[in-house]
Amino acid sequence: MSKHHHHHEEPVSFAFDAESEAQIATILKRYPEGKQASAVIPLLYVVQKQMKRQTDSGWVPRVGMDAVAERLEMPPIRVYEVATFYFMFNTKPVGKYHLQVCGTTPCWLRGSDEVLRACQDHAGVKHYGETSEDGMFTMTEVECLGACVNAPILQVDDDFYEDLDYDRTVKLLEALRRGERPAPGSSIGRLNSAPEGGPLVLTDVPGAGE
Amino acid sequence: MAKVTVDGIEVDVPNGSSVLQACEAAGKEIPRFCYHDRLSVAGNCRMCLVEVEKAPKPVASCAYPVNDGMKVFTDSAVVRQARRNVMEFLLINHPLDCPICDQGGECDLQDQAYAFGSDGSRYKEAKRAVKDKDIGPLIKTVMTRCIQCTRCVRFSAEVAGTPEMGGTNRGENLEIGTYVEKALTSELSGNLIDICPVGALTSRPYAFVSRPWELSKTDSIDVLDAVGCNIRVDARGPEVLRIIPRVNEAVNEEWMADRGRFSFDGLKRRRLDRPWVKKDGKLAPATWPEAFAAIATKLSSLPGDRIGAIAGGLADAESTLALKDLMAAYGSANIDCRDDFAAIDTSRPDFYRFNTTIAGIDEADAVLIIGSDVRREAPVLNARIRKRWSLGKFRVGFVGPRGVDLTYPATYVGDGPDAIQGFAETLKAAEKPMIILGRGALQRADGAAVLAAAWALANDVGALKEDWHGFNLLHLFGGQVGGLELGFVPGQGGKDAAAMVAGGVDALWLLNADGFDPARIAAGTFVIYQGHHGDAMAGRADVILPGAAYTEKDATWVNTEGRAQRGRLAIFPPGEAKEDWRIIRAFSEGVDKTLPYNDLHAIRARLASVSPVFGRVGEVARGGCADMAGPAAGAATGGAFVLPLPVYHQADVVSRASDVMAQCAAIYGPAPALAAE
Repeated sequence: MSKHHHHHEEPVSFAFDAESEAQIATILKRYPEGKQASAVIPLLYVVQKQMKRQTDSGWVPRVGMDAVAERLEMPPIRVYEVATFYFMFNTKPVGKYHLQVCGTTPCWLRGSDEVLRACQDHAGVKHYGETSEDGMFTMTEVECLGACVNAPILQVDDDFYEDLDYDRTVKLLEALRRGERPAPGSSIGRLNSAPEGGPLVLTDVPGAGE
Repeated sequence: MAKVTVDGIEVDVPNGSSVLQACEAAGKEIPRFCYHDRLSVAGNCRMCLVEVEKAPKPVASCAYPVNDGMKVFTDSAVVRQARRNVMEFLLINHPLDCPICDQGGECDLQDQAYAFGSDGSRYKEAKRAVKDKDIGPLIKTVMTRCIQCTRCVRFSAEVAGTPEMGGTNRGENLEIGTYVEKALTSELSGNLIDICPVGALTSRPYAFVSRPWELSKTDSIDVLDAVGCNIRVDARGPEVLRIIPRVNEAVNEEWMADRGRFSFDGLKRRRLDRPWVKKDGKLAPATWPEAFAAIATKLSSLPGDRIGAIAGGLADAESTLALKDLMAAYGSANIDCRDDFAAIDTSRPDFYRFNTTIAGIDEADAVLIIGSDVRREAPVLNARIRKRWSLGKFRVGFVGPRGVDLTYPATYVGDGPDAIQGFAETLKAAEKPMIILGRGALQRADGAAVLAAAWALANDVGALKEDWHGFNLLHLFGGQVGGLELGFVPGQGGKDAAAMVAGGVDALWLLNADGFDPARIAAGTFVIYQGHHGDAMAGRADVILPGAAYTEKDATWVNTEGRAQRGRLAIFPPGEAKEDWRIIRAFSEGVDKTLPYNDLHAIRARLASVSPVFGRVGEVARGGCADMAGPAAGAATGGAFVLPLPVYHQADVVSRASDVMAQCAAIYGPAPALAAE
């Protein structure tokens, strides 16, 4: 949790829109009758995405948790427990872009401090948990994102931007600020996790490189 | 069965038992925080670690099932070290504020740290602090003390059936609470104080009041509902400081309801602490001889059939019997203990008892609840029903106002007596069906018809068998059944409560009779009010005789099952107030109608001679139904049932005088079903 507690406005009500309803219908089919409470995590995501669509801020307000509880016929506190346990659910508003800096060992060894510094210098956020004054960026620290081969990683909303350094992070942030959405993935042109500059081994395998 | 050897002691325990239960069977004490006999197993405190032969590391005994031939060690070097280390972890974030903590002296963490912990901590860093939560006027929270055992979370969800507590956030930020700040809605919330093993949840009214070793502790019985919870009254000097439950598996297990637990401050307020006699239309303080003389003069001027007596919901058996004998001495058959005018048939005990018994609920497989919000009329009994429901294969039907949340799902059958047949098929399909009829359902003009119809239904659906009695009347207060057992009902040619109140008598002796509106008493009736609180009824009195509240006398109470239990004097009655049966005995002597008993032993011998219930204190005669013939029916007028207690927290003279209960009533208000009207 952030050291900086900012008071925020909770919406007074929340109702699933048509797009969410369509998603919920699909999700609920995955669970046997009577076990609908298992859908609590996917439904909280539905709330978060709907908030993003409607307010440009992807978060789960308390009334959204209540809507999930009502839909799944479970006590609200059971939903609060789940929503507050996973930090993938934002329980307070976030900026237009949610910058999630991975600081776990592989990313850190590969220069995540530089990614952090770039965010601090150019996104207007000094500390984790902070939202920039213009409402564009919220920065949080996350644990291993599972993409260590392409470390360091900055996750923006749902997209991974990989192989970053200070300058490329700045360029990414500036593009985001302009409303562009650079293609996710390696920022140095690697294909997925393939070696930089193309394959280095198994090049003599028949058919390779053709 | 599995054979388990604990520290060299062989015990046989049922398959599926935990290692902890095997250790207990062997008489070994296992320290624990999260484990509780009556809650699901969480296994998160790790305090119950023991060593099991061939297991590579210590195991949490509460969550580890036994195996045949298992060897367990509870006092090895490994176990001792494990306990010390767990304790060191638990204390990392626990404040060392025992000197200002209300749990001090009766704290599991304190006791176990002393018994199983080490002498210091290696932790030098900053401790975490957690914001306190406001969960209502009954429970004080100091959440920094919480060790996150989750007993309160499990109690709320499992026993109380009001899942409002939970653990939010995680890791170092994990907090126990309601997330959205709110007062807990359970009528059993006080039990959270008892199950919390540390000082995180303590009694708000008891905050900074006393230390446990300063209290004189008296085993007694709660009478503010008809369950007859076994309680301990903790007092210091002239004051009751708190009331907590005692274990009685057959009655309350180890729970008690909030009204019984927290109303005791009402014992200090609005008390009648001296006799009063009306002079020139105004009540004036008087002496005991003056009060007795005023009554004696009035009664001697009247024929027996113009004198009457009504006993109420908080009248104890001894005084009810003494009053019955006094009325007999005056030649009056006008006695009635149904001060709420409920149409209760006393011709047979099983017409008015909770025959299945509370423990018998465990065996039932279907129940129809008629005209009773069991949750608010008998919260502990309701928890027993909920416990049975949680085990599955148990159907519940409900007849009464819509919107009553019993804490378990119930099929809504209808709102009035006409609807009760609607659940008959389900009851018929059950092997051991129960019908629970609320006393409130009999407080209506066609109460006799309701009673007869409920009995007939019980008979039709097979609830009345030689080995199973499924007909149950649920009473509301601890003194109600005692009067019925003693036959405190109109004798040959006698008038009932309604007739007496309506002018059928010229002198009316009210013993704790607060169950009706005093304005109903006919003008000109000379009213003697014997009771302990200056509630509405005392204002109608011509003479007030100050009696003792249930904590201030040695008295016998009969719960809704017909189980006689002894309450004991914890403090003395205030001022000139006296034990109630002694008041009547003293009066009888003054008017030369001396009752033939003058000590507790003698009056209790007389009790036992009137009803066998009083000869088997603590026990209940449980059996099947020998005679299927039902109570006499009356004319049925129909109409929806109205629940008898509009405000749970203010239902009797004690709770109405309680400031704590007034705060609760302000927060919780009337029961939802009534608010909707």
